[in-house]
Amino acid sequence: MKITVKVNGVAHTHEVEPRISLTHYLREILDLTGTHIGCDTSGCGACTITMDGKAVKSCTILAVQADGSEITTIEGMANGNEMHPIQAAFKEHHGLQCGFCTPGMVMTAVDILKNNSNPTEEEVRHGLEGNFCRCTGYHNIVKSIRHAAEQINS
Amino acid sequence: MEKFIGKSVKRREDARFLKGAGKYTDDIKLPKMTQAAFVRSPYAHAKILSVDTSEAENAEGVVAVFTAQDGCGEYGVPCGWQVDFKNGETMREPQHPLLAKDKIRHLGEAVAIVIAESLELARDAAELVEVDYEELPAVTDPKKAMEDGAPLVHEQWADNAAFDWCIGNDRAEVETALASAYHVTELEYRNQRLAPNAMEPRSYIADYDVNADKWTLYTSTQNPHLIRLLLCAFALGIPEHKVRVVSYDVGGGFGSKIYHYTEEALLTWASKEIGRPIKWTSDRSEAFLTDAHGRDHVVHSRMGFDKEGKIVAHLTDEYCGLGAYLSTFAPAVPTYLHGTLFQGVYTTPLIHLNVTAPFTHTVAVDAYRGAGRPEATYLLERIISKGAQEMNMDPTEIRLKNFIPPFDGVEQPGYQTQVALQYDSGNYHAVLKRGLEMLGYEDFRKEQKEAREKGRLLGVGFSTYIEGCGIAPSAVVGALGARAGLYEVGQVRVQPTGKVSVYTGAHSHGQGHETVFAQFVADKLGIPMDDVEIEHGDTEQVAFGMGTYGSRSLAVGGSAIVKSIEKILEKGAKIAAHKLEAAEGDLEYAEGKWTVKGTDKSVSFGDVSLTAYVPHDYPEGLEPGLDFSSFYDPSNFTYPFGTHIAVVEVDPDTGKVDLKRFVACDDVGNVMNPMIVDGQIQGGVAQGVGQALLEEVVYDEGGQMITGSYMDYAMPRADDLPMIESDRTVTPCPHNPLGVKGAGEAGAIGSTPAVVNAVVDALAHLGVSDLQMPLTPQRVWKAMQN
Amino acid sequence: MIPSKFNYIKATSVNEAVSLLDEHGFDAKILSGGHSLIPAMKLRLNRPEVVIDIGGIPGMDVITEEGDAVVIGANCTHQQILNSEIIYKNVNILKQTAATIGDVQVRNKGTIGGSLAHADPSADYPATVLACDATIIVEGKNGSRTIAATDFFLGIFTTALEDDEIITAVRFPKIAHGNYHKFYQSASRFAVVGVAVVFDGSGVKVGVTGVADTPYRATKVEEAYNGDSSAAEHAVDGVAVMSDHFADEAYRSHLAKVFVKRGLEA
Repeated sequence: MKITVKVNGVAHTHEVEPRISLTHYLREILDLTGTHIGCDTSGCGACTITMDGKAVKSCTILAVQADGSEITTIEGMANGNEMHPIQAAFKEHHGLQCGFCTPGMVMTAVDILKNNSNPTEEEVRHGLEGNFCRCTGYHNIVKSIRHAAEQINS
Repeated sequence: MEKFIGKSVKRREDARFLKGAGKYTDDIKLPKMTQAAFVRSPYAHAKILSVDTSEAENAEGVVAVFTAQDGCGEYGVPCGWQVDFKNGETMREPQHPLLAKDKIRHLGEAVAIVIAESLELARDAAELVEVDYEELPAVTDPKKAMEDGAPLVHEQWADNAAFDWCIGNDRAEVETALASAYHVTELEYRNQRLAPNAMEPRSYIADYDVNADKWTLYTSTQNPHLIRLLLCAFALGIPEHKVRVVSYDVGGGFGSKIYHYTEEALLTWASKEIGRPIKWTSDRSEAFLTDAHGRDHVVHSRMGFDKEGKIVAHLTDEYCGLGAYLSTFAPAVPTYLHGTLFQGVYTTPLIHLNVTAPFTHTVAVDAYRGAGRPEATYLLERIISKGAQEMNMDPTEIRLKNFIPPFDGVEQPGYQTQVALQYDSGNYHAVLKRGLEMLGYEDFRKEQKEAREKGRLLGVGFSTYIEGCGIAPSAVVGALGARAGLYEVGQVRVQPTGKVSVYTGAHSHGQGHETVFAQFVADKLGIPMDDVEIEHGDTEQVAFGMGTYGSRSLAVGGSAIVKSIEKILEKGAKIAAHKLEAAEGDLEYAEGKWTVKGTDKSVSFGDVSLTAYVPHDYPEGLEPGLDFSSFYDPSNFTYPFGTHIAVVEVDPDTGKVDLKRFVACDDVGNVMNPMIVDGQIQGGVAQGVGQALLEEVVYDEGGQMITGSYMDYAMPRADDLPMIESDRTVTPCPHNPLGVKGAGEAGAIGSTPAVVNAVVDALAHLGVSDLQMPLTPQRVWKAMQN
Repeated sequence: MIPSKFNYIKATSVNEAVSLLDEHGFDAKILSGGHSLIPAMKLRLNRPEVVIDIGGIPGMDVITEEGDAVVIGANCTHQQILNSEIIYKNVNILKQTAATIGDVQVRNKGTIGGSLAHADPSADYPATVLACDATIIVEGKNGSRTIAATDFFLGIFTTALEDDEIITAVRFPKIAHGNYHKFYQSASRFAVVGVAVVFDGSGVKVGVTGVADTPYRATKVEEAYNGDSSAAEHAVDGVAVMSDHFADEAYRSHLAKVFVKRGLEA
């Protein structure tokens, strides 16, 4: 089936098998390997991207369902060498260790901050309930997202 | 020159991870690469009656299908540690085949590998392999595995024991002391099985190059050189110099990526058979079934006290499950990494631990963050708190009474334990004192009393832990059964322009070595951090290495680098002396240059580096070049310690535990990068809290796993945890050049009993004195009803 | 993880979806948000030959106020329900319910119609749909019909939908006072117990999910209710209570009473 998807501002058209997930499409066909597969069944959030502006788990969306949509992946967050404020805050506050859950965390943070420009600690923690991190204990991820909010608001 | 040691330098590795440019194994694509899928047993214990691969072989896109009949890896994957029976009988060591041949011994054991042009087609074809099984009764509980008539995991032996083992004082002496003790506290529980759950599933690509007759194995491992050694010398019997093992970015390990897994060896073998690269990436279901698990000890323990609350004796019997086969370090975990910590931070005069380690029809159990030490700490910190509860003592008072007095390992000697080790340095009073200040202990007890009157259930729990890490002195571990040395390798290559490439055998999978190692290398050489690059993870770049586990990277790997730096500076001084026309003894090195003492005559590190590679005017007899490699074999383990304190509130209606505060005061020796140490502690605490409250792998009686996905295995989430309040004291390690002890496991070791002690404290007035982990709402509620 | 092969058809109208469903029968599955179906297909527990995607059908993702009711298109996502001003003002209990489902990513994709049709015994909406006396509007080859919430759930993953029918919308009466309380299963975050309470004049309507293999109206509680929470004792009267690794029968029964009590007291 033929699909056209705009990813990080660039339109792509491909013939894909219906059973291919959007994660698989991004990683294997577009070579955007920043979107990771942690569980592949919508549990862990490593595959989170934004689709038409909303954070979604790309492992549980068929590539064919994404036809006509606009997608942003972690690769589309920085402006050249200048990191997005969320990315910059993760670096500043050590919000990542092994880096595997990080793209999903950053893309979920986009959604959290879009809906709430100044979240409390509790709101950030609640917003991250669909993302697992095994390294950080979430402490510095929460800190990073709250500081990103401050940066964006200032 | 800016100094970096002790500063929270931001991580260099972050830029690539934050931009989605990390290079994890599954991100790699090679030309002509094929994809593999496994056919795995749906039974825990079964006879394989027949395997029919014909339909799969003819399916669309299939390149090859292999079963055990195809002669893959006749040796199987090896075990790296030998623990013999107490009576001298050799450890029972079954072959661990790459593919099951006649018999299935755990759920998910692989029967066949299907290799196809794409992952989709490999998965499709794998479903066409027909295996006839005859299901057999299974045993998954380590204690039941030792009962008469238990189903045998390996029929060549009369029972399921792989070995038994003991440590400490004479058992009879300990029994006698217990019999005459003023009070004896008893504890029986299961330290439950855990699934490590690194977020990146295991992933391998094997690539055989027929023209070069060489293999490259890309693997998500914590120790590429060790994998190469085990793969070549044991599993496949292929020449080590023909194999390159590469482990770029790895998405967390926590122990589970130390071991040499069957899939690594099988892919390597099969790649030569088909003459093409093969990739396999575990899915999460396979990870639950096939990644080595942690813990699984069934414990019965008694601790005797005198009437002041001083411990007089401690006796423990444990059944420690090993799973169906012996994983790489499995025998060490419930023995030398466990029993040797039974002294804790206390002056207990008599200690005895007896371990029976059976095979069970489950996936292998091996090291998981802390490896044997969390199990020891959990027992000690629970039983001493239970003792205090029974004797109506404050849990901090009983600890203070029993603490080993402070010793720095320099002025005062190390502390000789009853269980073989000698602690390096410690000040256990100081971390407890600081922890209590951070908590505001007296105020908390008031708050707790008031809350209780209103029907609210608040509790506080303590854990004053010690751990042994920085593994390890090779001669010591060799005497204890290790089949490898546990030194580390560090090479420092100064380039002609004075830029420095450092090659370490340690491996970073989240720890930040690229940053931390560069910090101390820059300081020691007096050069900018930007002039230092840290390389790891490729056996063709790095001379050798033992990898990263046991909180050893900085203590052992860092020390190896320091040794090479010393050699660089020693040789550099000879070149500098020649250039400055001065005696070596008259030079001093600081701020990146050699200066003739008392003069302004100096030569820079860069000049000396260039001269070393352009030796036109050069000391006679001195070799050109400035490049040294060192092996560092530590003289002792390191012993970080600390105090962890949890504050919880239990919902009286539901039994749900809310972790309200977590206070950690740790002492990991000298600290290179406080930001990274804090991060390690926070992450470790989350894992320890996960064990206390949420996580458990459950097999049913038949050996089926009922917690094989994130729908049933409860991972700690952001809203399960509070911010971690952390601080530290610094008691340097006296025996390594950086004075560091290691921080990777401390959080996971100290935290678990603190949480359980807190919940028991919250419910103590209801008569609760013990709870089985994980403290699920159901278990807590039921305990409150009794 | 990759599903078995299937044909994918994107339906452009309800009529088309219904006729495709009629044509393919048991071999077909309706795809809406996909958050129950796709994982099951990836694990190859479900192997439809045809997947009919109703996600793009125009008009099915609208929330409208119709007199004393609110009509929610089957394709409305949980997040849409959570953010809807109309629902906040008129059926706030549904907003409370949606807020407890999954996580933000799941709520951005999962739909109310998909959740109801899937009929997971631990899903959240059923309790609220029951307590509100909502009606499920469905369409099949013989046209449209409505099913009362109390007639809709028949068992585990089983509903009153005919093989050729899809849910097109759910109609909720406006609810002034109601609340949803849930005890989370710690791994999946589904409901071990979910209780929806709607106060209706002097009476009360109580929907319970997670406790039995079919969500139910706690009629014994409703009958016993006389203004205080003592009626919560009857939360599982006559109910076959489920038992699993996280909550056995005794504990689950206890939780049902606790959460009905909390609902009645809120």
